[in-house]
Amino acid sequence: MPGLNDLYQEILLEHNSKPHNFRKMEEATQSAEGFNPLCGDIITVFLSVDDGVITDVSFQGSGCAISRASASMMTQSVKGKSTQEAEETFEAFRLMMTDLDAELDYDTLGDLESLSGVVEFPTRIKCAVLAWHTLRAALDGQSEAVTTE
Amino acid sequence: MTDRNASTQKGDPLLEFDVAKIKDDFPILKQTVNGKPLVYLDNAATSQKPQSVIDALVDYYSADNSNVHRGVHTLSQRATDHYEEARSKIRRFINADDDRELIFVRGTTEAINLVAQTFGRENIREGDEIIISAMEHHSNIVPWQILCQEQGATLKIAPIDDSGELLLDDFENLLNPKTKLVSLVHVSNALGSIIPAKRVIEMAHAHGVPVLLDGAQAVAHCRVDVQDLDCDFYAFSGHKLYGPTGIGILYGKADLLEAMPPYQGGGEMIRSVTFEKTLYNVLPHKFEAGTPNIAGSIGLGAAVDYVNELGIERIGAYEKQLLEYGTELLSQISSVQLIGTAQDKSGILSFVMDGIHPHDIGTILDAEGIAIRTGHHCAQPLMDRYGIAATARASLAFYNTREDLDALAEAIDRVIEVFS
Repeated sequence: MPGLNDLYQEILLEHNSKPHNFRKMEEATQSAEGFNPLCGDIITVFLSVDDGVITDVSFQGSGCAISRASASMMTQSVKGKSTQEAEETFEAFRLMMTDLDAELDYDTLGDLESLSGVVEFPTRIKCAVLAWHTLRAALDGQSEAVTTE
Repeated sequence: MTDRNASTQKGDPLLEFDVAKIKDDFPILKQTVNGKPLVYLDNAATSQKPQSVIDALVDYYSADNSNVHRGVHTLSQRATDHYEEARSKIRRFINADDDRELIFVRGTTEAINLVAQTFGRENIREGDEIIISAMEHHSNIVPWQILCQEQGATLKIAPIDDSGELLLDDFENLLNPKTKLVSLVHVSNALGSIIPAKRVIEMAHAHGVPVLLDGAQAVAHCRVDVQDLDCDFYAFSGHKLYGPTGIGILYGKADLLEAMPPYQGGGEMIRSVTFEKTLYNVLPHKFEAGTPNIAGSIGLGAAVDYVNELGIERIGAYEKQLLEYGTELLSQISSVQLIGTAQDKSGILSFVMDGIHPHDIGTILDAEGIAIRTGHHCAQPLMDRYGIAATARASLAFYNTREDLDALAEAIDRVIEVFS
């Protein structure tokens, strides 16, 4: 069993207790809802996109420490990036979450790497990627809520 | 933990109950999980199986496997005999009057859907009402919603108080000439509340309304006597009663079942078929289209034998003591809040913790070898009632011990430590 300490790293716990960009964005250009029907976790991601650049991003909702911290880190990671760069970051993140042996792109991942321990807990991977799927839905202008199932 | 001496003293049921010996009957409990001895506290989701149930399945497939009610050959006769013996055993277990009143189904969910799609379609019309409670499992909500949508009927919700007790006066006030069915959970899977089923049934019958009880969480933990309850339908699953998955029972009073149209069409449920007209089989076969879960039924029969040997009253008394012990332990942890504190309660400890999501609790407990359930327990309207998204739930069985609950309390300390 991989250690709990790899999962609940201090940086994750900090993001959980004091999430960044945890607010509703009135002036959002787009937003999307994400839902994990298995556990009831729910998240809304708000975006302000200007000329292909994510000028602001925020989220709201309720969920476990992993989903909340992942969402918080995601907002920090993609803020100021182009939508294309955000997609690339999602790809790097998804690879980290699905492939134990993957060569990680640390430059792109930055702080997100602290979530790498989640891959050892298969039941919790959905918690970590919910925010990212919701971000993509917001970028795509998807009107239906995304679900992890 | 020296500071955790819950005051419950050993009483008679505990002394009579040799848990170490009982645990030995359950091979799955002898393993370690994540390097720790398995502490299985997810019995409300599914219970573990004693060796005798596993043997019954193996024996059936090794010696008797054949189709039932079909062949003239010896194996078919043996399979049929065992299948029908299982029905009789289960009939005696719930004290039904007649084997014809027990329909083998896949589980509680199918049992409720069967009633909704047959009795419901036949008897519930536009403007009619069905009463359920605020603490139903989705399987006792959604089938009625589907039916209400089809028929233009309305679903009425009997409220509960904050402790998780059904509010009887409010329930009674909901009964009116438009009420055509009451369908209630006997024991709440998320709270453990036991409803005063007999009272509720009397109230409904006074208005001429039949009652279905969802007994999924009841049959393994307390005596269920369908004649004494006078319930019209009773539904339960085998896998929560130490039997296999994929098998369960719908009990129905014979006159109601007789009047109901069949659920599914196919083999077994017919008496004769021509392309012009089909005559249906007699009870219970009318409701058992297709080759049934023969092995599962026999396994459930073996599970009932096992429970009978221990004695359901003794099981209930032992689990009640465990529940009291566990309640006291968890009440001593200040950041833990119990959800569901009804006076009459089954062995379920549902709780939330300040600032810590149940999923994180579940992951940390799993690292300690402790299996609990976390989430909404398929009871989202109930979670909404309490203004929470989810709970952590430890649910007890007779093979659990005080040591298991001590381990739970210690692991909760670990949760607090990780999040401090």
